[in-house]
Amino acid sequence: MIVKHDVVIVGAGLAGLRAALEASHKYDVAVISKLFPTRSHSGAAQGGIAASLGNVEEDHIDWHFFDTVKGSDYLGDQNAIELLVNDAHPAIYELEHMGCPFSRTLEGKINQRKFGGHTKNYGEGPVLRACFAADRTGHMILHTLYDQCVKNNVRFYSEFYMTDLLVKDNVIRGAIAYDMTNGQYVTFHAKVVMFGTGGYGRAFRITSNAHANTGDGLGVVLRAGLALEDMEFVQFHPTGVYKYGILVSEGARGEGAYLLNNAGERFMEKYAPKLMELAPRDLASRSIQTEINEGRGINGEGYVHLDLRHLGEAKINERLPEIRSFCRKIIGIDPVKEPIPIQPTAHYSMGGIPVTVDGEVLGDGKTQKVEGFYAAGECSCVSVHGANRLGTNSLLEAVVYGRRAGKAIVQFLTKNGIDKADLPEEMLKNLIARVERFKQKTGNEKVGKIRLELQETMMSKVGVFREEKSLQEALDKVHELEKRAENIQIDDKGMKFNTDLTEAMELDNLLHFAELIVKGALNRQESRGAQYRRDFPKRDDANWLKHTIAVKKDGKIEFDYKPVVITKFQPKERKY
Amino acid sequence: MIQVKVKVFRFNPENGEKKPRFDEFTVEADPKEKVLDLLHRIKWEQDGTLAFRRSCAHGICGSCAMKINGANMLACEANLANFRDPTRITVEPLQSLPILKDLVVDLRDFFKKYEIVKPYLINRTQPPSQERLQSPEDRALIDEATWCILCAACTTSCPSNWKNPQFLGPAALLKSYRYCFDTRDEGISERIHVLDNNDGVWRCHTIFNCVEACPKEINITWHISQLKKKLVSREH
Repeated sequence: MIVKHDVVIVGAGLAGLRAALEASHKYDVAVISKLFPTRSHSGAAQGGIAASLGNVEEDHIDWHFFDTVKGSDYLGDQNAIELLVNDAHPAIYELEHMGCPFSRTLEGKINQRKFGGHTKNYGEGPVLRACFAADRTGHMILHTLYDQCVKNNVRFYSEFYMTDLLVKDNVIRGAIAYDMTNGQYVTFHAKVVMFGTGGYGRAFRITSNAHANTGDGLGVVLRAGLALEDMEFVQFHPTGVYKYGILVSEGARGEGAYLLNNAGERFMEKYAPKLMELAPRDLASRSIQTEINEGRGINGEGYVHLDLRHLGEAKINERLPEIRSFCRKIIGIDPVKEPIPIQPTAHYSMGGIPVTVDGEVLGDGKTQKVEGFYAAGECSCVSVHGANRLGTNSLLEAVVYGRRAGKAIVQFLTKNGIDKADLPEEMLKNLIARVERFKQKTGNEKVGKIRLELQETMMSKVGVFREEKSLQEALDKVHELEKRAENIQIDDKGMKFNTDLTEAMELDNLLHFAELIVKGALNRQESRGAQYRRDFPKRDDANWLKHTIAVKKDGKIEFDYKPVVITKFQPKERKY
Repeated sequence: MIQVKVKVFRFNPENGEKKPRFDEFTVEADPKEKVLDLLHRIKWEQDGTLAFRRSCAHGICGSCAMKINGANMLACEANLANFRDPTRITVEPLQSLPILKDLVVDLRDFFKKYEIVKPYLINRTQPPSQERLQSPEDRALIDEATWCILCAACTTSCPSNWKNPQFLGPAALLKSYRYCFDTRDEGISERIHVLDNNDGVWRCHTIFNCVEACPKEINITWHISQLKKKLVSREH
């Protein structure tokens, strides 16, 4: 079946929905999602969305600009960061106008809290900058945007799994998906395709991410011969629930929670005396992992404590109710009475699909735009986060750059019309045949087992601390798993809700780009932001102040690099 | 570790099956694990054809609502330790919706009813250049109603909904409350015709099943009652 739309957006998180909303004012927009839109993982974001509104105390756009640049360990592109912090104000006021139920100050303004790495006066101390709705900020924005899309008659294709992109001669023609409810292939013929397909935390054993977060868009882009940028930069959130990986928002520390080791010491004093628990995530995660590795985990085990008890029951109920609720239900601990056991958890991908500040995808990672192809949010790399993202800047990026991409799409269509490029019939046939081959697989390997081995390898060897030997071992393992994955077995041969097939396709995507993460980390012989090499513990601006670009040609990765955009803040040593 | 006997509702109309059946699986589990962990182990290790929805695995996405030992809940939050006999677990799809396959129900009707109540802020006044002001007290009026994750546990547990599928159901009514009681909203007159009739709020007979089923512990019946009061008072 072929369906036609002016714009097809893949992914129904904050970036996808914000772009859909913008473009739907003028054009016919469809959103494809492998979940129902409100199940998207943006809804799990807890703590806040950054903007220097100054509602509670003095703040300035320039402070936010500086903090984000410094947080990125100077790898963020400063032209993109400047747009991010400027657009933050209108983007968040618009969300409020749409009905987003932010928490309020006594005067009735949007309330703001502290978050890691966000400071006053260029690093003096924490500042109240994160706009929040208790600890459900992502949920509130996601539902608000979905509701607005319903109002604007955006056409949703829920539970459609996108398998490939249709791009030929550097021009977008659409995308292929199958309807998960009946297994039918649907070809989406469109003038514009935008990806808001999210991250890939599920490449790691301990992750805050949903089962759905398998980085499908990145796998698809690589298969289409297009580039990915800075894939070695994977953020580990400092406070994941021990063994589960579930996120406990930095908002908890923003409200005053302590990190404690087995001696009951607030160990952050040693690592970030000025910001303490509100150090940026890369630094906080390394500090926690160091405590654990040096035997100061609780009972010598692989976790430390996040202690909220001194905040008191009333404040916890008002500001952090969702965290209290899932701690009680899922791990059986009430944070009002007991500290929460936590460990670093794979959380966010700073790298992704290279785009311009208007969300236009750069096929070669540098200058060559793919006509009609856009991306925004976690799947993209613009790059505002550089080597390390600050908390609350991801919701902001999704909303600001989703909005920018939506506006750019409207401009593109207004200028170029809505006539679509022809569908490449031969390519279409081949891409469908690829999925059909998956269904026929009757080998002796299980998807679940290969995925688990991949996740364990990535966690133990490509984690918070990295070094050449373990990275090399990880690379060998990924190659082994790629081979074994050719030999998987699909139990389900049916058409209806065949999640056995979908999980195999997702694993294929994970394996497709895992090698890029490992090789990128291996190549980059320095420590910057989330990439920490024990064998190269210093940042090396002379050789590595540059973005990694990677494409896959005939199964082989080719690496290239491009300079960082530096406008206002010259790189200097990063201390907190 | 304990041995859990998991009885799972199976039905795949695609295979020409006329009637559903229960398959029983034996799964090794830690007594603190969740029912979702058991379903994953069955799917990944024993029978890849089993179909169920899930995503976030910590109670915020709303994908994995199902009936477990007779009660609607999220499988990702269903802690074995909370069951009287954690070695015997029965899993069924949400009641009263068409079954697509195994534990996966057809939610189209659920979302259609959601759209009927105009689930979005209706406001014709030009907003200020910054945020509209809303006092913490006014914000608190809608707080609980905004926790909803659209998991459908409430609507599918509602006997009024079982008897009369035209009933909008607790989830859609709760959403209606969320916007009608938002001090920034001016749209109640556009929603009133779907609320103030036999398939709207008056079909709620305060049975409270929805409250019991809600994984976010929202007092849905109370919210519906506030809508009834508002309609009766003609304050709108």
